[in-house]
Amino acid sequence: MADALHQSHSNPIADEAELFDTGATPVALSDASPFIRHDEEGGATLDLVIENLHCPACVQKIEGALSRCAPIRKARVNLTTHRLSIVWDEQKISTTYIIQLLAKLGYRAKPFDPLLGATLGNEGEKALLRAIGVAGFSAANVMLISVSVWAGLVEDMGPATRDFFHWLSALIVLPAIAYAGRPFFRSAWRALTAGGLNMDVPISLAVIAAAGMSLWETIVSGSYVYFDAAVMLLFFLLIGRYLDLRVRSKARSAAHNLLALRTTTATLVDKEGHHHLIPVEHLAKDMILFIAMGEHIPADGAIVQGASQVDASMVTGESLPQAVKKGDAVYAGTVNLSAPLSVCVTAAGEQTVLSEIVRLMEAAEQARARYARLADRAAQIYAPAVHLLAALTFLGWLIFSPVGWQAALINAIAVLIITCPCALGLAVPAVQVVAVGRLLKQGIFAKAPDALERLATIDAVVFDKTGTLTYGTPHLINAEEIKVEDLALAASLASASRHPLCQALLRAAGPAAAISGVTEHPGQGLSATVQGRELRLGNRTWCHANDPSTETNPKASELWLSVPGRAPVRFTFRNQTRPDAERVIRYFRARDFFVGILSGDRKDVVSTLAKKLGVDHWQAEMKPQDKIAALEKLKAEGRRILMVGDGINDAPALAAADVSLSPSSASDIAQASADFIFQGDRLAPVMELYDVAKKSRRLILQNFGFALAYNLVAIPLAIGGIITPIIAAVAMSASSLLVTANALRLHLMKGQKRQ
Amino acid sequence: MTALIYLIPAALLLGLLGLAAFLWSLNSGQYDDLDSAPHRILFDDENEESEDSAGKN
Repeated sequence: MADALHQSHSNPIADEAELFDTGATPVALSDASPFIRHDEEGGATLDLVIENLHCPACVQKIEGALSRCAPIRKARVNLTTHRLSIVWDEQKISTTYIIQLLAKLGYRAKPFDPLLGATLGNEGEKALLRAIGVAGFSAANVMLISVSVWAGLVEDMGPATRDFFHWLSALIVLPAIAYAGRPFFRSAWRALTAGGLNMDVPISLAVIAAAGMSLWETIVSGSYVYFDAAVMLLFFLLIGRYLDLRVRSKARSAAHNLLALRTTTATLVDKEGHHHLIPVEHLAKDMILFIAMGEHIPADGAIVQGASQVDASMVTGESLPQAVKKGDAVYAGTVNLSAPLSVCVTAAGEQTVLSEIVRLMEAAEQARARYARLADRAAQIYAPAVHLLAALTFLGWLIFSPVGWQAALINAIAVLIITCPCALGLAVPAVQVVAVGRLLKQGIFAKAPDALERLATIDAVVFDKTGTLTYGTPHLINAEEIKVEDLALAASLASASRHPLCQALLRAAGPAAAISGVTEHPGQGLSATVQGRELRLGNRTWCHANDPSTETNPKASELWLSVPGRAPVRFTFRNQTRPDAERVIRYFRARDFFVGILSGDRKDVVSTLAKKLGVDHWQAEMKPQDKIAALEKLKAEGRRILMVGDGINDAPALAAADVSLSPSSASDIAQASADFIFQGDRLAPVMELYDVAKKSRRLILQNFGFALAYNLVAIPLAIGGIITPIIAAVAMSASSLLVTANALRLHLMKGQKRQ
Repeated sequence: MTALIYLIPAALLLGLLGLAAFLWSLNSGQYDDLDSAPHRILFDDENEESEDSAGKN
């Protein structure tokens, strides 16, 4: 799969002289400098987020190319976090230079703010791993001694040797608990001082009580020593905690990368006509911007020079490009398609249409009810129940039995230890780690850790049209009418251009031999002279295709190829439906889900598609706030909604839905607000995702069931006072292994069939 | 039983060595990027510069 993803990368060209030859004169990006750290030897360190980094080959390509550049002292790519860390000589080359070097390799890179929590999450993970190491060491070694003691119970171990072994255990375990238990103690303390209870309170209490009681028993040379159980409990729980943190930090890292990639630059034209790159945050009213073909328009503005077509599909959902000319208004977020434009900024920053959408999105996000995770809800019942049981055990033994308060206390502590939430603490994280891993293999990225749980409860699916049910990019639809050699010839011409239609032609034709000397005529097309004949590829007038029998289809875009002495050939393109959209919709309808389409596109386009896919509920020509209103209406009916969308105009709706999903081709802002992102041309990941979410939920509930069953057996034993250290050790490890093994079953379960 | 006097310290020492090795590998950043680590041994090391810096940051 990695190889297939690689095809989009351009060839590595590391010719340094060529780098600055991009038309615009680059100035140092002012937004990168705060992220650079300096060392004593004049070196600068910067972290960059790399987009479309997929496999180890990319790592090698980037590291290889950068290390050939002398001023760069060190370049290290982290494939897990998709980040590149570089140390270089700031006197010799600028950040811009490095970013352009990466762009030449085919990777988009953006400076990453090291303070953005990346190192924080990492530090937390490392601290937990250290604690796991210490607890593991201690658990393994104390078990060595405990097994000897247990064996000694039936053999002939004298009390002196047994006490010696108990003291040895204390020596190994007490420091380990003091060190490895801190994550739980701290969290429990925080909960208690805030006047609440969480899962860590009974955990801390059990560990501390077990250690304290064991120490007491050791001092009075008793035999109820639970050192091994206490540290094993910590070991298993730390593993659960670590898995949980990893899922979260992976999700957060993905979210932060998207955030870093979102900030962009604009090309400013000054009074002398020079071009400068400036961060979009610095844009102000009345600035003149140059917008190259294929570029996003960074601010709302009016065209002062040039005529072109703009693709507004990301902003409005409108699927056909609109022609614009001098004096027309253009909006931030739209893409300039066919010719360079000069635009005078009329609104920037806070006043743009885009910012309005961002504000809507933030409001929707805040309004979204906080979801209580299954584990939290379980802890809410579990913690008080355990404490109550332990207290009742103590009182029961004290009142109804003559054994005295010490024996009563020992039994109460046994209850705390044996009800150890080992299984509970591992049940959820183990399943989530397996689920997230399985999704990642299918190209689905989880951005919110609790999103899988939310997804399992939905009963309505709402799709956006453009870019979601259909491809975001045009597809050649009349390939069968065209001769193979014409297609190859057109593709050879098209390979010189970044125009979306040319790119679509290339995708349809496959790899094409490039023709040298292709000239691009903005707003018209391409031309090249081969063997004395002028070949042209472009719009109708450019190719003199004035035959009235070939009427333009208003619902499609077209390109023409003209070869002297022959009739021009027409290529028709259309924003096509994803091949498995119908199957996905059938899948959800078969489950009695509400299935709907909310689109910003025109009515006739949407209704045709809805009829074709068999969707009854559809609404067209919707603005972002209309989409939110539609979702609110569904919510008021008690529905739980999955929203699938890609456009800028979908972002608020994605934030408002209970759970949301975006294709990886989506706008940055939609990806930033979605809970999941899926890669590839198919819509099938939506089904796969729902399937995995359902199965994970089932496994989590099953694991809770196991934990409950275990407790139902173990608690009466503990209350009855017949728990021995060996029973506690066996019961705890058995229940932990059981839930982990059950979680791993998710790997074996059959997924949705991929055609 | 006298064997315990040196066997137990020996066992603990070996365990501690293992723990120390784990903590060292953790602090030197060997767990930072588990995705590309298995492939790095296959890279051509034409330049020592970028390859020898196993996560010193």
